Amino acid sequence: MSFNAFAAVLAIPVVAAALLALLPGYKLSARLNVVATLLTFLAALSLFFQRPPTGPYVLVDDLNNVFIVLTTFVGFTTSAFSASYIEHELETGRLTPAFLRFYHTMYQVLMFAMNLALVTNNIGVMWVGIELATLTTVLMVGIYRTHEALEAAWKYFILGSVGIALALFGTILIYMAAEPTIGGGPNAMVWTDLVAHAASFDPALLNLAFVFLLLGYGTKIGLFPLHAWLPDAHAEGPTPISAVLSGLLLNVALYALLRFKMLLAANPDALAPGPLMITMGLVSLLFAAFMLYRRRDIKRMFAYSSIEHMGIVTFAFGMGGPLANFAGLLHMSLHSLTKSAIFFAVGNISQVKGTQKIADMGGLTETNPVLGWGLVLGVVAIAGLPPLGIFSSEFLVVSSTFAREPLLALPLVLGLLVGVGALFLRLNAIAFGEPHGPNHESKGSYLPMFAHLGLVLVAGIYLPGPLVAWFQNVAKLLG
Amino acid sequence: MQNLTYDTAHLLAGSLVLVSFMLLYQDRLYALLNVYALHAFVLALSVAWQAYAQNAPDLYITAAIALVFKAIIIPVALHRMIVKLGIHREIETVGGIGLTMLLGMGLVALSMVVMLRVTPEADPLAREDLAFALSVVLLGLLMMVTRRNVVSQVVGFMSLENGLVLAATGAKGMPFVVEISVAFSILIAFIIIGIFLFRIRERFDTVDVHALDHFRGERL
Repeated sequence: MSFNAFAAVLAIPVVAAALLALLPGYKLSARLNVVATLLTFLAALSLFFQRPPTGPYVLVDDLNNVFIVLTTFVGFTTSAFSASYIEHELETGRLTPAFLRFYHTMYQVLMFAMNLALVTNNIGVMWVGIELATLTTVLMVGIYRTHEALEAAWKYFILGSVGIALALFGTILIYMAAEPTIGGGPNAMVWTDLVAHAASFDPALLNLAFVFLLLGYGTKIGLFPLHAWLPDAHAEGPTPISAVLSGLLLNVALYALLRFKMLLAANPDALAPGPLMITMGLVSLLFAAFMLYRRRDIKRMFAYSSIEHMGIVTFAFGMGGPLANFAGLLHMSLHSLTKSAIFFAVGNISQVKGTQKIADMGGLTETNPVLGWGLVLGVVAIAGLPPLGIFSSEFLVVSSTFAREPLLALPLVLGLLVGVGALFLRLNAIAFGEPHGPNHESKGSYLPMFAHLGLVLVAGIYLPGPLVAWFQNVAKLLG
Repeated sequence: MQNLTYDTAHLLAGSLVLVSFMLLYQDRLYALLNVYALHAFVLALSVAWQAYAQNAPDLYITAAIALVFKAIIIPVALHRMIVKLGIHREIETVGGIGLTMLLGMGLVALSMVVMLRVTPEADPLAREDLAFALSVVLLGLLMMVTRRNVVSQVVGFMSLENGLVLAATGAKGMPFVVEISVAFSILIAFIIIGIFLFRIRERFDTVDVHALDHFRGERL
């Protein structure tokens, strides 16, 4: 077979980035960006059928295949949205053609970095991938060069670097733990080898390493108290980047954490990583749910909602077991789809209204019915109401928690309800009531938004058998 | 010979912690940059010694990067930037120097307790190196927290990163050490170019991060 899906997933973004850096015309660049992400998505899909053999640098198994397909799919739809959205930014003078060229190049570099972190078998390379993804998003967050954007980028940069540094220290400690058993050299950083020999590692070193990795990658997941960069970065960057940050980058960091959780689980004497993740997840959920009430900026509000949902997912994976892992995986996938759809809607709304302040919006369902109801549908989905998909995943998280640890379910349900209340309070102000505020024409495409919401709706009504079997398999793998 | 190897590595790693403390109490930017250059120089010596002791010639590259890039080019570049931005006034620290030094001592004690207790079976050279490295990392974090000035936060981050390089070289045979130190150098170059290109000074009229907080969208 001459076609190598694995190489394609990494090579397409690199080639596209190089091309986009050279091409001057932004219309062509936007289209090329869409084509490249579509091709990457197709290559990722073919990984289902054609797995590369596991090597020291390559690992594609059931777990990361889910992440790769999700990442490339949302990457593709976001690029389609971005192509219709970004032109408006040029017209209003927020971006210049040179910055747009830079933006498209960085988009592909980001895709490459996330794919690299996902497909590699080497924990050092994984760290490099996440570092590269952080750097590119820092540059994109600051791209408008306003006071707020620069401040957000700076804050993201400082906190992100600290997270990266802690994660590297954790990675070094894992290597130190592995070195006596596996021996020095690159083999002691290969994840499959690490898991195979984890039982004979020094448990104390593993524990310490996990604490650093949890703090380091937890910064990127946006867990409390390391979340401070997240709302600013989401609010001040271009909206397609907010969608990619919330929908994808947080997941990639979570993926890294899950790999290390599996590593610790393979050593019977090491501490159980579950309770740590449960605590951080619950605290993030409760914190974000209460913070949602005080938001005045629409993108900032949905950024807090992302913290809330990443908290739920981390909680579910921390609980562990087939059912909670299944629920966590489903919730993570549906959150990615829903949240990026919401950001597509928000991008359009902020172009229509010319602002991100909630107070200046109102009566959106009357002035822009399609957009307004799209946002309503998205918020209903993210709030976890039936029949949309997040209802089923949240229901699974809550019910599996009630079955095993009823006391933990109480703060979980409290957080969920508080969050729902805040979302509907703000939604009411934006979508209904007397229309006010300016009303420009919106250029952004509605298609990606409704495509995502359609998928979420289908997932809520009917989950196809093979997908369920797949997720169950992954849930078992996660332990 | 074994003892000499161990003692020298210990001495150099310990000196790095000491220089980290010196960074904590510098309240002028020029002095801060000079001490940072010393920090990078000690790191270069320490890495070179590890390269010799472990018989790992590729670590000499890391040492050379530390010496040329971190101890010479970066301090000189930052020096010129400070002059251009016109910010050679005093640095405000939060909480005062005495308290910061006490906190720093607490952090060093913490990292000693944690690392030495956790790694009783590891090679003594590696474990002490790691304990010192963690101290340098934590002191770098402390510096980033207590400083309000963008340039000194970057210096804090760079000293933190020196601690990571120390940890990575202390782990015997660790792969990618050279690559990681190159990646970090690129990262730092990015930051410094970023400060300059985005002209944080020009845009905000101050490089004081505290003042940047005013521009937050949420503060109504």
